[in-house]
Amino acid sequence: MGRRQSASFAHWRIFVWFFETGKDKDMFDSLTSKLGDIFDGLTRRGALSAADVEAALREVRVALLEADVALAVVKDFIAQVQERAVGEDVLRSVTPGQMVIKIVHDHLVEMLGGDDESAAIDGVGINLAGTAPVAVLMVGLQGSGKTTTSAKLALRIKKRAKMKVLMASLDVYRPAAQQQLAVLGQQTDVATLPVIMGEQPLAIAKRAMDTGAKEGFDVVVLDTAGRLHIDQELMDEVAAVSQATNPIETLLVTDAMTGQDAANIAKEFNDKIGVTGIVLTRVDGDARGGAALSMRAVSGCPIKLMGVGEKVDALETFQARRIAGRILGQGDIVGLVEKAAETIDQEDAEKLAKKMMKGDFTLEDMATQLKQLRGMGDVGGLMGMIPGIGKMKKQMAGANIDDKMLARQQAILSSMTAQERARPKLLNGSRRKRIASGSGTSVPEVNRLLKQFKQMGQMMKKMGKMGKKGLMGMGGGLPPGMMPPGMPPGR
Amino acid sequence: MSETDDEAGDGKKTGWLQRLKQGLRKTSGKLTTPITETFTKRRIDDAAILELEEALISADLGVATAARVARLIGKARFDKEVAPDEIKAALADEIAKILEPVAMPFVPDPGLKPHVVLVCGVNGSGKTTSVGKLAKQLIEDGSTVMLAAADTFRAAAVEQLQIWGERTGAVVVASTPGADAAGLAFDALTRARAEGTDVLLIDTAGRLQNKVDLMAELQKIIRVIRKIDDTAPHDCILVLDATVGQNAHSQVETFRHMVDVSGLIMTKLDGTARGGVVVALAEKFGLPMHAVGVGEGADDLRPFEARPFARGLVGLD
Ligand SMILES: Nc1nc2c(ncn2[C@@H]2O[C@H](COP(=O)(O)OP(=O)(O)OP(=O)(O)O)[C@@H](O)[C@H]2O)c(=O)[nH]1
Ligand SMILES: Nc1nc2c(ncn2[C@@H]2O[C@H](COP(=O)(O)OP(=O)(O)OP(=O)(O)O)[C@@H](O)[C@H]2O)c(=O)[nH]1
Ligand SMILES: [Mg+2]
Ligand SMILES: [Mg+2]
Repeated sequence: MGRRQSASFAHWRIFVWFFETGKDKDMFDSLTSKLGDIFDGLTRRGALSAADVEAALREVRVALLEADVALAVVKDFIAQVQERAVGEDVLRSVTPGQMVIKIVHDHLVEMLGGDDESAAIDGVGINLAGTAPVAVLMVGLQGSGKTTTSAKLALRIKKRAKMKVLMASLDVYRPAAQQQLAVLGQQTDVATLPVIMGEQPLAIAKRAMDTGAKEGFDVVVLDTAGRLHIDQELMDEVAAVSQATNPIETLLVTDAMTGQDAANIAKEFNDKIGVTGIVLTRVDGDARGGAALSMRAVSGCPIKLMGVGEKVDALETFQARRIAGRILGQGDIVGLVEKAAETIDQEDAEKLAKKMMKGDFTLEDMATQLKQLRGMGDVGGLMGMIPGIGKMKKQMAGANIDDKMLARQQAILSSMTAQERARPKLLNGSRRKRIASGSGTSVPEVNRLLKQFKQMGQMMKKMGKMGKKGLMGMGGGLPPGMMPPGMPPGR
Repeated sequence: MSETDDEAGDGKKTGWLQRLKQGLRKTSGKLTTPITETFTKRRIDDAAILELEEALISADLGVATAARVARLIGKARFDKEVAPDEIKAALADEIAKILEPVAMPFVPDPGLKPHVVLVCGVNGSGKTTSVGKLAKQLIEDGSTVMLAAADTFRAAAVEQLQIWGERTGAVVVASTPGADAAGLAFDALTRARAEGTDVLLIDTAGRLQNKVDLMAELQKIIRVIRKIDDTAPHDCILVLDATVGQNAHSQVETFRHMVDVSGLIMTKLDGTARGGVVVALAEKFGLPMHAVGVGEGADDLRPFEARPFARGLVGLD
């Protein structure tokens, strides 16, 4: 964890503060997610009874259900955590509240497949060991992302494992499905099996394997048509393909937005054709992704990869921690930090962060900060990534905490003279009036910005005193419960 | 779209209802059998109400709506002995009551030439297929239909729509991959006007609602077609996948905010997902539910009907 993360993490916190200081009191209260509140309560009380654990787990239950974790899986999860939490080491630990948070989070990470996949992060993330050509069979419901993922995966294998990959489309049903894979093959520069009109899926699969063997391919990726797990005929068809090609991996491709049915889907596909791994797609969306937990828990199949965009390189190794944070409603903290790291000039950011922590925070800096904030993209989108804020969007809109508000604040700041920005003390009543009319805002708005500025300055100073530990760790400005202990702010 | 979908007893309607129910029953037969299992004639108490709530949660109604509906049904019968079918019927009634006001088939305005419909939604939800199915119905009802292939991004999206054009007899306006979607929509509207087409269906690329630039692109399509007709699009249909969970709220909220969604189509109800989130959506947004998709074929689109949907949801019939 280097300077890169620390600087962007500082920004992440500043971003949170920015909104927290800028909003009304009511909103302040509701901004921390329900889960955050509960954990906050536990942390503050410092002592934990079995009843406390139960109360917390009631909220966890709701959080999980709202995240689309299947009911049966939620029940098991709660029971397991309860067993773990109401135990000696919890009651004797120094900060019992944090202990519960940690147990919930750790158990979730564990159930999702654990944390030690980091070793495989640079690898392909799936099993490819076998006598060439090995088959990789892609299956799933209609529209889940199989064809796109086939191309992404082929590209990944080609790049990372330096293997020769052939793709074949067994989708003879959906209009233009075979052409879709052919186009993706061209885009990724991966060979696709020439299409023979009227050839049936099983025959295509066999021809793909033959071609793979004859032409020296290492891997054959078989893209199949979308099918319902209750469609016996089509399930039999894919089972026959599986028999004939003996795939080293059968990957179930599922949408991260899937609801309660995810459990059924995973169970049925696994029972009927034997799934070796799950690919979670559309992780770039704002779904909480509880489907991941449902599928994993019900089928026992590991989640191996995740799709994070429509482009052919948007495929990543599954990261249990990242998804766990989301499911618990903590927002995609890692994602936000990454986004900040992407957009903000690191040197500037570090300079600014240092300056802030020393307490020399001026309105000029606030203006820069605001500009960077807006450069990170739409506030609504960013807020979706902040813990507890997702649900609050409506109220945020009501309070005008949106791009428009930021734009007004920018206008206020740029209506000030450089001198005023450097020495806010100069801003007396008549100057404030001038600034308000110059920026097309009102004096109360100017006052509010100045108050916010003051609060930000104070917090920065506090953060500075805490030093690096405070910056990186859990204490300070981050509302408790937003980040479980031990969760690094970066990867 | 035809009002009654059983034309001359060709069995279409039975087919659909059966498929829908089959799907729903299959779910109730698997991981989620709560209503049938828990409600062997018993006294309604708090535990029973919680179980009702859980049954509704498993159908994707969401925690809040499920709790409200379950409490409503349970409180009215508290401490009484109730048979399973009775409680199911009561649940279905309550849900149908919520859904009835939004069950509104899509009917194009014959005074508009063309009636412009923008079809949008997240990736893979079934937009292109629904456009094809809708075209088929409209043409069967005597309208002339043009399809605009405004998904210029996804591989072979244009070809996919072109095949739907061939299947249904609708004219397809398309350009080269990577072209400007708004420009294509503009050209299509120009042509539809010139040809006096009744309905123009614009198929757009899938986009996740949290992608700011892609949502802006959708807004741009609207801005550009308004240069020709400032009342267009006359409808903006959001296509939802029945397997979706609580994220549907975010989808409807954002799309509605960005492009003023006028109605919904829910696809893939032939699977085991019950699409219960529409109950919560109906309460929250009150957007018309125009139709449901029940298969991949051209004929697999049906008007949304509150009662059968509600009864299917709770595992009745
Ligand atoms: N945002 C996003 N979109 C994705 C992702 N994966 C796939 N998609 C999009 O989802 C849509 C459907 O993808 P396909 O690959 O055609 O899905 P499929 O499972 O092959 O569909 P069928 O063959 O019809 O069953 C396309 O618009 C893809 O671009 C992802 O990880 N993120
Ligand atoms: N079983 C079933 N499948 C459907 C239904 N509607 C669409 N599909 C299938 O879902 C998959 C995706 O449908 P598309 O129409 O391509 O979805 P889209 O929203 O246009 O996808 P993108 O343009 O890639 O975002 C295809 O395989 C369709 O055949 C339905 O009602 N039932
Ligand atoms: Mg496909
Ligand atoms: Mg499409």
